[in-house]
Amino acid sequence: MPRSVKTLAGWARTAPSRATVLTGDDVASTPALAEALAGAGSRGVIARGLGRSYGDTAQNAGGLVLDMTARDRIHAVDAETGLIDLDAGVSLDRLMRIALPFGLWVPVLPGTRQVTIGGAIANDIHGKNHHTAGSFGDHVVSMDLMLASGEVRRLEPDGQESELFWATVGGIGLTGVILRATIRMTKTETAYFVADTERTADLDETIARFSDGSDEAYDYSSAWFDSISTGSKLGRAALGRGSLARLDELPAKLRRDPLKFDAPTLVDLPDVFPNGLANKLTFSAIGELYYRKTKNKRGQIQNLTAFYHPLDLFGDWNRAYGSKGFLQYQFIVPLAAEAEFRAIVRDIAESGHVSFLNVFKKFGEGNRAPLSFPMPGWNICVDFPIVEGLGAFCRSLDERVLAMGGRLYTAKDSRTDHDTFAAMYPRLDEWRKIRDAADPDGVFASDMSRRLRLTP
Amino acid sequence: MIDAVGHPTSLLLLGGTSEIGLAIAERYLTGGPVRVVLAGRQSPRLADAAARLTRAGASVETVEFDARDAAVHTEAVRKAFAGGDIDIAVVAFGLLGDQEKAWQDIDVAVELAEVNYVATVSVGVALAAEFRAQGHGRIVALSSVAGERARRSNFVYGSTKAGMDAFYTGLTEALRPDGIGVTIVRPGFVHSKMTAGMDPAPLSTTPEKVAEIAVDAVTKGRELVWAPAPLRAVMSVLRHIPRPVFRRLPV
Repeated sequence: MPRSVKTLAGWARTAPSRATVLTGDDVASTPALAEALAGAGSRGVIARGLGRSYGDTAQNAGGLVLDMTARDRIHAVDAETGLIDLDAGVSLDRLMRIALPFGLWVPVLPGTRQVTIGGAIANDIHGKNHHTAGSFGDHVVSMDLMLASGEVRRLEPDGQESELFWATVGGIGLTGVILRATIRMTKTETAYFVADTERTADLDETIARFSDGSDEAYDYSSAWFDSISTGSKLGRAALGRGSLARLDELPAKLRRDPLKFDAPTLVDLPDVFPNGLANKLTFSAIGELYYRKTKNKRGQIQNLTAFYHPLDLFGDWNRAYGSKGFLQYQFIVPLAAEAEFRAIVRDIAESGHVSFLNVFKKFGEGNRAPLSFPMPGWNICVDFPIVEGLGAFCRSLDERVLAMGGRLYTAKDSRTDHDTFAAMYPRLDEWRKIRDAADPDGVFASDMSRRLRLTP
Repeated sequence: MIDAVGHPTSLLLLGGTSEIGLAIAERYLTGGPVRVVLAGRQSPRLADAAARLTRAGASVETVEFDARDAAVHTEAVRKAFAGGDIDIAVVAFGLLGDQEKAWQDIDVAVELAEVNYVATVSVGVALAAEFRAQGHGRIVALSSVAGERARRSNFVYGSTKAGMDAFYTGLTEALRPDGIGVTIVRPGFVHSKMTAGMDPAPLSTTPEKVAEIAVDAVTKGRELVWAPAPLRAVMSVLRHIPRPVFRRLPV
């Protein structure tokens, strides 16, 4: 039996727990999977993809974890309609490689392509094009969900069971096991971006760039910002904004193979980084380099790595934080909270907690999913090495985010408490009702569902 | 689960009126809400402890538990886990008693042995089973430097702590493959109701200080700590002093 007890953690490598992991045919075969659910036991079961969620969403201490990468078939590609029917365990990386020759582009790409379709739906992931394309759930035409009973339902966003569809989008695996989905892909002529990059001098200019309407001209936009420098450099940013290139925009050399998958990785980081290497000194230096490297330049043709996934140049970069790991803090606050939002950015810079991978983006409209993270507002993501006092600092941030009507992202959270989470997601009870109806006995459970009291 | 920054969602205190145990709970409560299960005999003192933690922001449950009655230990531990996962269990109960009586009065001696050794072992077995089924968690065992080398002044107490300490040291290894951690804390002289009226030994400490050291050890995943820390060096010297010299030391 391909069943083993393993220690699982999220991408940030904090709070590991032990669970029985089911893989291979036990997951790939639908009857076997139904049988596993029936015998899940009191600790329940949760599906896991590639483990890129930072916290405890895809681990289930003492229970069962389904390694969904065992379900990895692509069932159909329709170049005309742009629909791809595939298993939930397929990664976005593989989907992209398969789809590109057909002139199809993954409609929503997060900061890494190493996530599964199931995870993309369950976390309702977003990307740099949120303001023009929404989140992943908006591009799902249908999905097959195995309920706690073992029964498989085909759900559609506007179908009979649309409530369950939208409870599953962003539902972090707690409504059932997503087995298969049909995704509406974006048509593209090339695999390249036409990008404008620019530097801003301070936070005022950064916010202005996202508020002056210029963002609307780009399908994709986001910024890296400096969260260490205080004073006049506070909030200075390197902006990267662009759209998928048309064929006629490519230079002749690239035009010969415009849909080539072009996303190089330079080096995999070894697992030898000591704790404490991620500090203010090293981060300031790398940040300065990154900022300076960004030129004010328009109309550059960039490949996927350069424009979208600069971190992919370093595989397994989470190792650079050492064995103590780190914590991602991602939040969104409504646009109206701009003043307090500025204060938060300043306080992060002055907190002494250092973060290098800082993402800033203005989000567009959210969707119907009760637990979906995106809403119109300012989105910020920072990541701190784990040091003493970080918990208290994050709690103070929670309070302010909540007071502004903002919220945290389940795919990143690894520490907030259940009351705070419930206050941040006012539609939580609505979601619970749908979830409990689909899984009355509480078969689905995870370390996160227990921490945030999402399941009975 | 103990979260990414070391904060637990829930805490079980076996010995729900233990001053060190309560200080550990209070220390965690400064970092956010915690569900605390107090296991102890129903008494005004237990109610006071519950009220004290509630004021500090905890949601408190109590479970009937009598260290002297080994027959109910498993049931008490099971009940403590019935309300949801326990992230950290602190084995905090213990007796000091009258040490001169303790080596001359059978009842006093047996009571010390039963509470400090037999009960901590039986509770340890029950906790191990619950934690293994749960797939995560940590045990904090409050031992004592008195267990490191028997002294004339408190050797009955010391012998029970030596046994308890050895059991939890072994349990640390036994639970390691299951990802369950054990932290043994060896405090020196702690100013508390247990030691009220006694002359403090050198390097004496307080329940709050011991709690600080215990919480820090859990966060760092350390398996054995002394409170205060310099006792480690002191005890490693004392352990090796020849008996004729040792018996003349004012310790």
